[in-house]
Amino acid sequence: MTGALLSVARRDLLLARRRRVEALLPLGFFIIAAGLFPIGVGPEPQTLRVIAPGVVWVCALLAAMLSVTQMFASDHQDGSLEQMLLAPQSLITVVLGKVVAHWLSSGVPLVLMAPVIGVLFDMRAGSIGTLVITLLLGTPILSLMGSVGAALTLGLRSGAALVFLLVLPLTIPALIFGTGAVGAVDSGLSAQAHLSLLGALLIATLLGAPLATAAALRISMD
Amino acid sequence: MSRVAIGRSGSIRPVAQRPGLTLAAWRAAQPRTPLSASSDPSASVDVATIPGSSGPLAAQGLGCRRGRRLLFSGLDMRLEPGSITWLRGTNGSGKTSLMRILAGLSHAAEGEITWGAQPLRRAGPEAMQQIIYVGHANALKEDLTLAESVAFLGVLGGLDEPLGRARRALDHLGLASRADAPVRTLSQGQRRRGALARLALDDAPRTWILDEPYDALDAASCALLTRMIEGNAARRGAVLLTSHQVVSLAGAREFDLEPWRRA
Amino acid sequence: MAMNAPAPRTLRFHMFAAPSRFYALSGKLIPWFWVATALFTIAGLYIGFFVAPTDHQQGDSYRIIFIHVPAAWMSMLIYLVMAFWAAWGWMLNARMASMYARALAPTGAMFTFVALWTGALWGKPTWGTWWVWDARLTSEFILLLLYIGYIALTEAIDDVRRAANAGALLALVGAVNIPIIYFSVRWWNTLHQGATISATAAPKMVHTMLTSMLLMTFAFWAYSFAVVFTRARAIVLEQEAETDWVREMLRRPQGK
Repeated sequence: MTGALLSVARRDLLLARRRRVEALLPLGFFIIAAGLFPIGVGPEPQTLRVIAPGVVWVCALLAAMLSVTQMFASDHQDGSLEQMLLAPQSLITVVLGKVVAHWLSSGVPLVLMAPVIGVLFDMRAGSIGTLVITLLLGTPILSLMGSVGAALTLGLRSGAALVFLLVLPLTIPALIFGTGAVGAVDSGLSAQAHLSLLGALLIATLLGAPLATAAALRISMD
Repeated sequence: MSRVAIGRSGSIRPVAQRPGLTLAAWRAAQPRTPLSASSDPSASVDVATIPGSSGPLAAQGLGCRRGRRLLFSGLDMRLEPGSITWLRGTNGSGKTSLMRILAGLSHAAEGEITWGAQPLRRAGPEAMQQIIYVGHANALKEDLTLAESVAFLGVLGGLDEPLGRARRALDHLGLASRADAPVRTLSQGQRRRGALARLALDDAPRTWILDEPYDALDAASCALLTRMIEGNAARRGAVLLTSHQVVSLAGAREFDLEPWRRA
Repeated sequence: MAMNAPAPRTLRFHMFAAPSRFYALSGKLIPWFWVATALFTIAGLYIGFFVAPTDHQQGDSYRIIFIHVPAAWMSMLIYLVMAFWAAWGWMLNARMASMYARALAPTGAMFTFVALWTGALWGKPTWGTWWVWDARLTSEFILLLLYIGYIALTEAIDDVRRAANAGALLALVGAVNIPIIYFSVRWWNTLHQGATISATAAPKMVHTMLTSMLLMTFAFWAYSFAVVFTRARAIVLEQEAETDWVREMLRRPQGK
């Protein structure tokens, strides 16, 4: 099972590497969107420090939704997705492989860029560290939930916009726990409760989302 | 591979081995050489002895709906081992829909698909391993090389040594020189041939469901495909195909969709 | 399928399973549901607006609660019923069940919208603001988004079966997530609450207030049946347009 998972992940990463510019577009969006806030809200460090965790998280959410339709769109068009559905390999394994590749190519760059944004928003070092941890736990959740949305909206004309509407409400708990953790650290409290909840959410999503995505793929390809 | 049981007192006795039901055991029993006929009897396994894995693929009382129209209903069909079936019907009569239902991609509006004695739904990965569906789309990634694309299809099919098999299969189809070219640089005909390469990844007899396989192929490739199809049938596999061109396959029988059409 | 079958004496569950039977039966039931709606609404609003006592803290403006709370209950209930029928239609390939789910969604969304709007009307005279992000209102808002998502998805897919099944999966995913979302919003609210009391804290419940809310709940329930059945009949006609009984019925000069 892990063999197939790794093969699928490796293939998707190879494809992303051969189309590097397209794979990095969500990261570009993330930077630009986050960078608009100081311009729109005003450059006072006090204000920026307060809104920073929320801004970073929301921009990460939006960037993730931008990239998530690509998970299945290309395979759907050239017929590879059909073969994945027909394969003796478990579809859940294939989905997990794709999600892992998606997270590595879209989610991890966001996590790595977050400290830079944090510095732009005058966040303290401790807060930045917590922010990175919450994104490390949160971006896989976004990739997993996004995969369900992408699978449901496969091949639809308005698919990309629809994914936003379908998936973003479901990511609100992650948003709350993620920003809550940074807020706690900012107030001098421990972020442990928030991080535990975020971790539990990750585990629950890891168990449930691939199943839902596989079912959604079968529905969409029927 | 023999199995032993160790008794309480430490005595060892051999245990009769059931035919391997796990995918791993089945895979281990597959013949290693992809293209030559299995010359070593101990390396090949008689697929028919593995429970539930030998098919045949059959449809009973099948009905198909497209949108709100019922395309056909009450269709019975059986893909016997060793048979080549040429599916005939006018455009839009549901040939592709029928093939997708038989392969297990779509659900039928009525009736059932069976694999051997069980419904295909319940037959599990062993059945999926036995069925190869080649549709209109080539399932090759534009940004991967031909060899990488075909190798990935081998990985999906649960075959070992996928890259080696892919290269040999491409060689068999006359694409060895293009094996390391990105698919995006190939012509239509070369891509179609590359799509058919997955049929040559190993020579275990299988049920092939091919939708317009002869499209875009030149005369030499058509002849090669014909040989491959006849070879699969000779090994007790089954082949179902559609084609607008007249096929001259030895032993092919026609299956006309007309009697079952409703629309 | 019997087209002009007389209404049977006893109601059986499977009578709602076949689209044609549902169509015939619902046509007879809908007027009664409208009557029930009118009666319960009059009773509920009368008691709520005239009989229930004035609250010493919030005055008379609290009376919007008699619409707000039942609407919120209905919005939640309808989502669960919708998810149930959608899942039934998906798992058992039951066409009528999927049509029920599709018919329920707009009504549920409407109740959610009413709950939000009456919540705002309540907040304004009591606390001075049109909107406050307390746990309940925020959760209602998210529920509205879930409804809109379901409707958008099922409308965007042309194929009927795929739309129904995709909607079922989405509704189930939503139903599973609702407790998580509600819990996280409550958590979030307590983090940012500070010393302010929840803007939509209900006044101490008096017997008449409860009666009124219950009556309004029944009114909304009867209304839901009337409206959902009406919508479901339209969906049946649309999706079963190719069948004999629909063609026959539409051909007759007075289709009922």
